[in-house]
Amino acid sequence: MASARAIIALAVLLAALSAPARAQMEEPPAPPTNKWSFAGPFGKYDRGQLQRGLKVYREVCQVCHGLKLVAFRTLADPGGPGLTTAQAGAIAAEYQVKGEPDDQGEVKDRPGRLADTFPSPFPNDNAARARYGAVPPDLSVIAKARGYERGFPRWVGDIFTQYQEQGVDYITALLHGYKDTPPAGVKIPPGSFYNEYFPGHTIVMPPPLTDNRVEYTDGAPMTVEQYAKDISAFLMWTAEPHLEARKRIGMQVFIFLIVLSALLYFTKKKVWHAVELHPKELKPRPPSEYPRA
Amino acid sequence: MAHVTTMSSAEPTRRDFLYIATASLAGIGAAATLVPLIAQMNPDASTIAAGAPIEVDLSPIADGQVIKVFWRGKPIYINHRTQKQIEEAQNVDVAKLPDPQPDSARVKAGHDQWQVLIAICTHLGCIPIAHQGPYDGYFCPCHGSVYDTSGRIRQGPAPLNLALPPYEFVSDTKIKIG
Amino acid sequence: MSGHPTYQPQNGFMKWMERRLPIGGLVYSSFIVYPTPRNLNYWWTFGGILAFMLGVQIVTGVILAMHYTPQVDFAFNSVEKIMRDVNYGWLLRYLHSNGASMFFLAAYIHLFRGMYYGSYKEPREVLWILGVILLLLMIMTGFMGYVLPWGQMSFWAATVITNLFSAIPLVGESIVTWLWGGYAVGNPTLNRFYSLHYLLPFVIAGVVVLHIWALHVAGQNNPTGVEPKTDHDTVAFTPYATIKDSFLMAVFCVLFAWFVFYIPNFLGHPDNYIPANPAVTPMHIVPEWYYLPFYAILRAIPNKLLGVMALGASILILVFLPWLDTSKVRSARYRPLYRQFFWVFVIVCIGLGWLGGKPPEGNYVLLARIFTAYYFAFFLVILPVLGKVEKTKPLPNSILESVLRKGTPLGASAPPPKGVKV
Repeated sequence: MASARAIIALAVLLAALSAPARAQMEEPPAPPTNKWSFAGPFGKYDRGQLQRGLKVYREVCQVCHGLKLVAFRTLADPGGPGLTTAQAGAIAAEYQVKGEPDDQGEVKDRPGRLADTFPSPFPNDNAARARYGAVPPDLSVIAKARGYERGFPRWVGDIFTQYQEQGVDYITALLHGYKDTPPAGVKIPPGSFYNEYFPGHTIVMPPPLTDNRVEYTDGAPMTVEQYAKDISAFLMWTAEPHLEARKRIGMQVFIFLIVLSALLYFTKKKVWHAVELHPKELKPRPPSEYPRA
Repeated sequence: MAHVTTMSSAEPTRRDFLYIATASLAGIGAAATLVPLIAQMNPDASTIAAGAPIEVDLSPIADGQVIKVFWRGKPIYINHRTQKQIEEAQNVDVAKLPDPQPDSARVKAGHDQWQVLIAICTHLGCIPIAHQGPYDGYFCPCHGSVYDTSGRIRQGPAPLNLALPPYEFVSDTKIKIG
Repeated sequence: MSGHPTYQPQNGFMKWMERRLPIGGLVYSSFIVYPTPRNLNYWWTFGGILAFMLGVQIVTGVILAMHYTPQVDFAFNSVEKIMRDVNYGWLLRYLHSNGASMFFLAAYIHLFRGMYYGSYKEPREVLWILGVILLLLMIMTGFMGYVLPWGQMSFWAATVITNLFSAIPLVGESIVTWLWGGYAVGNPTLNRFYSLHYLLPFVIAGVVVLHIWALHVAGQNNPTGVEPKTDHDTVAFTPYATIKDSFLMAVFCVLFAWFVFYIPNFLGHPDNYIPANPAVTPMHIVPEWYYLPFYAILRAIPNKLLGVMALGASILILVFLPWLDTSKVRSARYRPLYRQFFWVFVIVCIGLGWLGGKPPEGNYVLLARIFTAYYFAFFLVILPVLGKVEKTKPLPNSILESVLRKGTPLGASAPPPKGVKV
């Protein structure tokens, strides 16, 4: 195996040498990892955090960002912010949505109902671009639509630690990654802002969060860091509303399969026992079709 | 049949238990796997939400007018019955009807003039036409079933009276269907 | 699979059926008493696992098709509707998307097993070629399926891969327009991909039937590469192979469940959760992991047409493997030199996969070219030469003999197991 080992070693060496060649491009730094209540095999959403995140969305983000895949009724679903149906209905009624054409063919606004989804602040992308110069993305699945290169060998570890929080770690870091003065030599065009974690560092969204911007009534700190975490957790829920059910059922399936595998293993051993014990003696079997050399 | 070659082992009962346990667990797993495959065809959450109760304002409906609204994809007739229609519906020998039912059982107490029906013929599902037929009730053009002003079957192949949706009066001029 | 004389139905109904449509006899002779080499190791269970995964993909796919809308304005939202509103929709979607990865994982293991033990050699050449056809069909099916959610990666992967055909001289552009059904990837493309994505798995199922037929005519290969000679070399398929297949299938499902329930988006790309935008190309367009080695080979060649030809050749060359390998010995167990080159080949394939995910810059390009060169050299140079010059180890006389020696050939110094007389 000596020659094979040498070749393998050479390949690995070449690979290792080639890795630093890219590191100096303007890849933003990896965002710091946070502790999330919904991470890991037993992860669950923190209801209070989701409710705070909903508040941050409604008071800060929804001016520009839609949530058009999220129905108001899901706010009352299990595994989510845990509002009552009445509370969800009250939130829905605060929004105006386009109704059905009336008898004269006119389409008028009406208050939202539980079955409706959060309306978008803009009728279409062009309207958004005309207002802001860029299109603020809809936030329904943004926690799954963002991530960052974990790199080898971290991604191997991720398989075992079940790290699926790249999106929320990135969003949290982005929301308080703004710098008033960019580093020396970096030019930011007017109307844009410097953000440490945004690819290319130039972001059109102004820093949305400041301390004490949103009132928390449950005693949580009203800091930018806390707002960023809460809105990120809320956005994880909008992206994966069935996360808790998924992990719960997953544990049941997993345990079931492990037990089944063990039983099948011992069954296999028992079935093969005779054949392995006396390889030359097999009881007569139906004639085979093997007249082969 | 398959020939399982085995030597007689010291404890056949233990081996059999293993086989039975494995087969049972595999069977349970197969049955459990079927649950999501079958459940997914049931109405999804958005369909159920869209089938939530609706409110209908009765004030624009004139005397003698019938309007059609939709609830859970089904057409609903709301008939503002005239006094004549109400009397005709009540003065009937109930026992002689194909599907005996007094008119009082088909309206809400104190609201005789409002007839709320699911506009689906109980024969094979067509929508009967309002203000038609010998009773000035409903007439189904598909196979000729005739309903009276209470929505009860009088002639034709339909076996039952027109069904009533669940509804209630939230005020004298507004009902909630569903 | 000729009519087996030994199926004797006891049941009245089966007797009646057997005279009219002998399915009972077919199942009996093919999957119950079918003689299977007794020394098969667990690498042989992946055929059954592949059949199982095909079933999983078809069942979950048909169900997803009940809820999916193949129109550019609705496709992305219909998938999200499945994830949010349909009962267990999230489970079915994740089963299908991760199932595709597991399907390819099993297929590659199955393929490498065939290469290691010489399962492609005489008389199993057609069996092998049917397998390559299955791989091609899987690649096409997976590609079209990935387009359906109409995310950014869906759209741009469709654009890049269909544009490959423009490399064909003279007719290339017309072919691309024909594939698109328009002047760019759009709604006609999405609709026809949906139709074909639904169709091809059933074509795969048909070719699988041919594949199993070809297998049963020649019989299974085994780790020694020595064909069974007597009844002592084989055991009945049921229960011996059946239970081994079932066991590893359960273990495989543990891995599958790990992905589906805990890291369902690990193998995917975040950009596919962004709705397709024909005006904005993602920073790095990458296919799913199972296409990465081929993607690396495509990009390694600087010329557009030659790159496309290399991509095609990298799969088609497998068809000729039975004739490129000149060795008379099947199994790598007895081919010590071939074994080394084989493992380097595996490392090269994994390396190409890694490189396929990297941007084509700097040292990555050089490495991709070196690995691509080895990939083709392995088939075109190493295998033909090796067969002629390699000194192979002596083969056991029979499967039974190798089992008695616990798998080591005669001449090795392993003592016989206790109490067994050879």
